[in-house]
Amino acid sequence: MGTNRRKFLNSLLGIGSLGALSAIVYPIISFLIPPKIAEVKINSLKVGPVADFKNNSSKIVKFGRTPVILVRTKNGDFNALEATCTHLDCIVQFKKDTQQILCACHNGIYDIHGRNVSGPPPKPLKQFVVNIIDDEIRITSQDV
Amino acid sequence: MKNKKIEKVENWLDERYDLSPIRNLIQHKKVPVHGHSIWYYMGGISLFLFMIQVFTGLLLLMYYIPGEDSAYESVQFIITKVDFGWLIRNLHSWSANLMVFFIFIHMFSVFFTNSFRKPRELTWVTGFFLLLLAMGFGFSGYLLPWNELAFFATKVGTDIVAVVPFIGDSLKVILRGGEDVTGATLSRFFGLHVAFLPAIFTTLLVIHLFFVQRQGMSEPEEFEKLTEDQKKYIPFFPNFVLQDALLWIIVLIVLLSLTLFFPWELGLKADALASAPIGIKPEWYFMFMFETLKLLPANIWFIEGEAVGIFAFTIAGLIWMLIPFINFSKKKDLNNKIVRWIGIFSLLYMIAFTIKGYL
Ligand code: HEM
Ligand code: FES
Repeated sequence: MGTNRRKFLNSLLGIGSLGALSAIVYPIISFLIPPKIAEVKINSLKVGPVADFKNNSSKIVKFGRTPVILVRTKNGDFNALEATCTHLDCIVQFKKDTQQILCACHNGIYDIHGRNVSGPPPKPLKQFVVNIIDDEIRITSQDV
Repeated sequence: MKNKKIEKVENWLDERYDLSPIRNLIQHKKVPVHGHSIWYYMGGISLFLFMIQVFTGLLLLMYYIPGEDSAYESVQFIITKVDFGWLIRNLHSWSANLMVFFIFIHMFSVFFTNSFRKPRELTWVTGFFLLLLAMGFGFSGYLLPWNELAFFATKVGTDIVAVVPFIGDSLKVILRGGEDVTGATLSRFFGLHVAFLPAIFTTLLVIHLFFVQRQGMSEPEEFEKLTEDQKKYIPFFPNFVLQDALLWIIVLIVLLSLTLFFPWELGLKADALASAPIGIKPEWYFMFMFETLKLLPANIWFIEGEAVGIFAFTIAGLIWMLIPFINFSKKKDLNNKIVRWIGIFSLLYMIAFTIKGYL
């Protein structure tokens, strides 16, 4: 009788403490996860007149929250790719000598269309559409 | 001999708090003298360097201002405008690296002298956590100047946690204070670096030192086999303490020379819209892991290469932490041999991959 009663009280105490513990831990974890900031959804971005971009050059612009690399190749073609490496988040660069995209962090190489060619990147870079309207370059997201 | 005034203070305290434990320690603690005695000093050096970190860190806090628009500028202000600011920052950076270095030496020396075995298992485990915390100090401190190299090293380092199954993405967001490395990350790392880690580190350090005091210095097997009058000891106080002090002065001189001849670079300010520069690298004590991850293919079977690498390092770390409790074989000799080879392999692996990272 006595031990049963003790067992019962002990398990009651155990459940109670567990409850108290989660009542402490849950708010702490929730506090640590930052609130989502409302994103300004943009579908397209003007980046300037064509004349500002020489052949064989590149520029990184902010497309909403996403960095995008706009490349003008040797032949004068435009290409826009998400600039965040699919490996571990570094910002890529345009390699003028090979006309490829390089991520310097771990030597990841993509071709000019964003396909991962060599090194650690597991996925291609997302492509954006480049339109030229009235001599003005406009980048548009493909997911709409 | 003893100064009258000091004796008076001592008696006053003794009457109230009973100082006999301290007196006992001072009178009776002794340190064995043998061929490997030099390793007894490595923990003390790590302790000394930690004290330097606390002291210089508190000084840096007087001028450092966290934040995307102020962190880099305030460090620049410290090293260009504040009198001896360059010295304090260089000391903090250099001593941080030396501290991690000596903790590694200390750990491998207690490993190879077999001091981690029974009854010192918990001393080993607390020491292992101190190493992890020291690396946490280094990782969080590295970002504080908000320069380009640190910015990308932190991006990579925090992105790696995302490979943890199920909770990886949430962990990453918690660590970064958002989806990306931004000023919010800097605030978090600052809090970790100057409040959270010091509190935990100090607590563990006290426990670690308490264990060491309670059990006294470990004696290597060959030493234990000697007869009582062949065993040589020196008193902890004052002999060992004075030798410690001498060594600390030498370390301080080395530290000062490093800060004078090899000042720490600040580099360019971090810019979220700039390409990662060639030559981004983590601090040297993360290099062996970084190099390993670099070698892994993007996918191993169906799993991401990183995930496999991180998983392997976690398992290896766990084994290393629990090594005093693990019996690899019932035969004691064989077990000792296996443990020793694990240590030799780990050490060589870390050295080889660290060197490879800098070639
Ligand atoms: C109570 C203890 C500590 C305090 C208050 C503190 C404070 C600070 C502050 C304010 C900074 C920013 C200024 C700067 O970047 O120069 C900093 C940077 C740094 N800290 Fe600490 N720190 C402490 C302990 C440590 C420890 C134990 C380590 C290493 C094991 C460490 C490693 C670093 C590193 C690597 C940097 C970056 C240095 C640089 O590049 O300028 N800190 N710390
Ligand atoms: S982050 Fe780009 S290759 Fe690793």
